[in-house]
Amino acid sequence: MFSELKFLFKLASASDIARRYFVTNGFDGALTMLGLVIGFYSSSQAPNGVILAACLGAAIALTVSGLVSAYISESAERKKELSELEQALVKNMDDSAHAKAAKLVPIFVAAVNGLSPLIISLIIISPMGLSLSGYELPIPPLQFSIIIAFITLFALGIFIGKISGQFWLWSGFRTLLIAVITAAIILLIDNIITFPAINH
Amino acid sequence: MSFLKRIVLDVLKPHQPSILEFANSIADQHENCRVQITVAEVDEKTETTVIVIEGEQIPYEQITEVITSLGGSIHSIDEVEVVNLPPTEN
Repeated sequence: MFSELKFLFKLASASDIARRYFVTNGFDGALTMLGLVIGFYSSSQAPNGVILAACLGAAIALTVSGLVSAYISESAERKKELSELEQALVKNMDDSAHAKAAKLVPIFVAAVNGLSPLIISLIIISPMGLSLSGYELPIPPLQFSIIIAFITLFALGIFIGKISGQFWLWSGFRTLLIAVITAAIILLIDNIITFPAINH
Repeated sequence: MSFLKRIVLDVLKPHQPSILEFANSIADQHENCRVQITVAEVDEKTETTVIVIEGEQIPYEQITEVITSLGGSIHSIDEVEVVNLPPTEN
């Protein structure tokens, strides 16, 4: 079973595609969470429960979006490839390994694309969850989340560096720089615009 | 009883799986089976191969199933060698 899956994934170059999706959507998840926590830090009005709920909501939305978009696009791509192969071979390939791969690979890729932002987001917002559960943290949970977001983005940069064969530290610093620029833009905009409080 | 000892097939296959994986999958069907694959022509999505299979009792049906499951299409049987061995006495 495992060896068959391994063979099918190799046949469809699934691990390369999944790795690409993991980095792309993982980066999306990390940067979205960083944006949210920096925004809340800048406003310094919302209680931790509200911040956690907002971040969780965004993480779930990213997961569902990742699952659905990757499944739809990969599934369409695989069907097109299979149909082109059928035309080239002038035969029906319903019973072939290629047809099995065309069904399984989109599910695998969608799972990676959906779960990567969820896992990364949960790691980033974990200090707020721990704080709400009564755990004592050495620094305030919001600041802790911001630090974890920066570390996560730096780690993603290292991972990208390892894949591309670039110097890992340079690659890590590049994604960290993107995170710092994003945070700076959010803080700048938040300082320029004063958001009125909304009463429900 | 006659047994298939050698068969040469003209097979059109996708680029993936490679001829090495193709040969391994065919060889896995029968012990002491010898498989030789030669790529005769390469196109954009496919390659034409000549597959030579040698063994004592080649299971032809199983081999065609494997070739089909790996996306291959048998175009022709170009050569066969069949032996009729006398029944063994116990």
